[in-house]
Amino acid sequence: MLPPAPALDAATTPSGFLLVLSIAIPIAGVLLAFVLGDRYVRLVAFAMVPLELAITVTIVAAVPHSTGPLVYLLGAWPPPLGVALRVDGLAAVMLAATAVVISAVAVYAGAEFSVTTTKARAPFVFWILLLAVWAALNAIFVGGDLFTLYVALELLTFAAVPLVSLDGRPETLRAAIRYLLFALLGSVLYLLGTALLYGLHATLDIVLLSHRIGAEPASLVAAALMTSGLLAKTALFPLHLWLPPAHAGAPAAGSAILSGLVVKGSFFIIVRLWFQVMPGLPGFAATQLLAALGAAAIVFGSVLALRQERLKLLIAYSTLAQIGYLFLMFPLAFNGSGHLESGGALAGGLLQAASHATAKAAMFMAAGSIYAGLGHDRITGLGGIARVLPLSVLAFAFAGIALIGVQPSGASLAKDLLLQAATERQQWWWAVVLQAGGVFTAAYVLLVLAHALAPPDKPVVLTGPAPRLGDVAALVLALCSLLLGLVPWEPYLPVPYISPPDLSGLGTLSKSLLPVLGGVVLAILLSPRPHPFASSVRWKVAIGMLNRFRRGCCAFSSYVERGNGVLCEWPAASTCLLMLALLFSVLMLVAA
Amino acid sequence: MSIETVIEIVLAAVVLTLGVWTIVVPETFSATVGFVAYGLLVALIWVRLDAADVALTEAAIGGGLGGVLLLGAAARLRDADMMADARPGKLLRAGAAALSVLTAAVLAGVVLLLPDPAPTLAPAAVANAWATGLSNPVTNVLMAFRAMDTMLEKVVLLLAIIGVWSLAPDSAWGGRPGPRHQADPRGVLAFLARLLPPVGIVIGIYILWTGSDHPGGAFQGGAILASMWLLAIMAGLADTPLVSHRSVRFILVAGPGLFLLVGLAGLLFGAAFLSYPPALAKPLILGIEIAMTLTIAATLGLLLAGAPERSTEP
Repeated sequence: MLPPAPALDAATTPSGFLLVLSIAIPIAGVLLAFVLGDRYVRLVAFAMVPLELAITVTIVAAVPHSTGPLVYLLGAWPPPLGVALRVDGLAAVMLAATAVVISAVAVYAGAEFSVTTTKARAPFVFWILLLAVWAALNAIFVGGDLFTLYVALELLTFAAVPLVSLDGRPETLRAAIRYLLFALLGSVLYLLGTALLYGLHATLDIVLLSHRIGAEPASLVAAALMTSGLLAKTALFPLHLWLPPAHAGAPAAGSAILSGLVVKGSFFIIVRLWFQVMPGLPGFAATQLLAALGAAAIVFGSVLALRQERLKLLIAYSTLAQIGYLFLMFPLAFNGSGHLESGGALAGGLLQAASHATAKAAMFMAAGSIYAGLGHDRITGLGGIARVLPLSVLAFAFAGIALIGVQPSGASLAKDLLLQAATERQQWWWAVVLQAGGVFTAAYVLLVLAHALAPPDKPVVLTGPAPRLGDVAALVLALCSLLLGLVPWEPYLPVPYISPPDLSGLGTLSKSLLPVLGGVVLAILLSPRPHPFASSVRWKVAIGMLNRFRRGCCAFSSYVERGNGVLCEWPAASTCLLMLALLFSVLMLVAA
Repeated sequence: MSIETVIEIVLAAVVLTLGVWTIVVPETFSATVGFVAYGLLVALIWVRLDAADVALTEAAIGGGLGGVLLLGAAARLRDADMMADARPGKLLRAGAAALSVLTAAVLAGVVLLLPDPAPTLAPAAVANAWATGLSNPVTNVLMAFRAMDTMLEKVVLLLAIIGVWSLAPDSAWGGRPGPRHQADPRGVLAFLARLLPPVGIVIGIYILWTGSDHPGGAFQGGAILASMWLLAIMAGLADTPLVSHRSVRFILVAGPGLFLLVGLAGLLFGAAFLSYPPALAKPLILGIEIAMTLTIAATLGLLLAGAPERSTEP
């Protein structure tokens, strides 16, 4: 278990300066690369990435040896006048996940974004923004003050949006402007809440605020505004109108960053807000609402993923579903005394965030290699690809298996932790959602793999060389996610004792097989296109029986698609945003 | 009722009416004009609230540069006639209005619930002014107590520039932003562009300089310098620079760059990152502010100029 945060940590700890460097080094990289210009940007990025990686490793190694969080007082001014940076176990986990993903993406993108005389624009923008995203995320994980977190969020948004429209096609420009506008709406709501909190308590320092905040109506409204603003930036259903076009339109390396990391930034601030600033205030109903949105996101995202024609869009909708998964921890952390407890459920949620970051980035990278190899990414046209691009398909498969939650992946440990919390809190309905989430994930992963492993209609011709190094980076990332369950998490996350993964037992086998079998059924039922299972003779009898049922399911999924079309219009999405802000206010006021 | 109260009530009523009018009016151009007037009046409100620093910024950004940007966008939209399609239905608009009014009512209620007198850090900020030798507490907060936020904000500005530039076609990468403006050399615009900049530049520098002890500072001064530069560009007296030019790049990072260097020097030789030794605090902060003013002026000017459009070859 983590020690509780000390009442007033108004002193810099010995290795606190590393926290400053974790932000300052990538910023220095951004400035340097901008001045040196087109020819040297990649060089600067390649110099900064190992340096920053080393700093992150040192921070993560220092956290278990410190009695409390690592602290640094900027300008030696203690809060509330000054700003403190703090790293606790949660921040350390996110810092590490970010460092791993960005380093892998840098390796992957090394060839694609090399500078040539004809195209200098995209590499210049990409490498600078890669460093900027890193600085912004580190500032979010490390920042101990709600306004510093706002600035970091802005940094993150402005670093992320241009990644979407890097290739300059009109539809990606449209996706980028959509993303920018909706993210700014979220920023406004967050800033509004921050201003209210300062007006009430004269501090925005997270630790100080947690002591001063009470159930005043203004504090609760502020929290509701901030939460809904952050949800808009995280793209939790029904505020997801910007996510699929943005994440599918960016170049693969950009998508990996956007889907794997950027949405986790605003998610992490929600965690800080609910678990650390005001653990006693949200109340039962608000946590249930948050998780209900998460559950809806899982259903919508997964059903829509199964209906996509293009691989990148499928992965983008899968992100939508996985974001929903992250919010299931909130009611499960809600204990008998009305507090959000930093226990197993929180650990499960954070683990899920880390394993999704690695797995999703790997998936997008593999999809990028496939796109580069084939010249398209139509799922039905993937036949035979496993033979010509084995590494890419293997990386995709490992990442998919990790996401499904097969042991010993991080997602499987996260699921165990959340299931255990659901049993303890006697909220069986979230256990159902958790299991269903695994089955849905298996469905769309298996759909892609079935197409990729099927024999080709005609010989596959590669349009470009297979990016070996990039595929290795994707594979390493996928393996990271697959092995996250074996990492000793106790120094960082409040992991209660659970039995070590038993890789041979019958129970484990059935636990892994059930989602897979369920996934096959779902993939057949919900995907509207002919799929490779149908061509196999052995399946024919079963398919025949299922056909009538399947028609009903397809009708259901087309309704979901139509509903999603409405929700992804501006009027519906912005109405939802305001309604959520009001709804959270009402729920918290009633609970208080 | 004193005369000040009457003025305040009139001001509030006009601002509210302008706000509603800006939203309701169908023509983009009129809405933009309404928005600019709204920004200037909100600046007046800030003056009434004794927040002169905020008033200056609001007038410069909300009324000035933001207005120029919106006018440009309105002109482009009129050309493309993009506003004609898809006007939401009456029911939808009524629903949106009701929801917005409800949200505003909740916010107003919450603001009324805020404690009075408000808990504040202002006395602490004033009491610690010894550390920098500057007597404007706003500058002290921006440059010393919360220097990290200010530095990161400047990096946000740089990222905004990169974002705008990233929209350039590959062929024009490194070239000059925006079209080459032509104006009648004997017209009003050219006359103003010759008349105003000398005065404006002096005012901009004065606002930067006075910011250490009185309201003002790098951002406000930089915004005024930027508007003078833009005036000269629009009158055709100057051209936008090549974005690949080393000196342009250098000016754009000068502010955050110097800030970061001073911060790291504090980490290595001083008490902490972004701490200033009391003896050197004032010159260091002024140095950073001068660099930041240049950076802000160049950034705001280039943000309004847009993405590179003309390739490096003339």
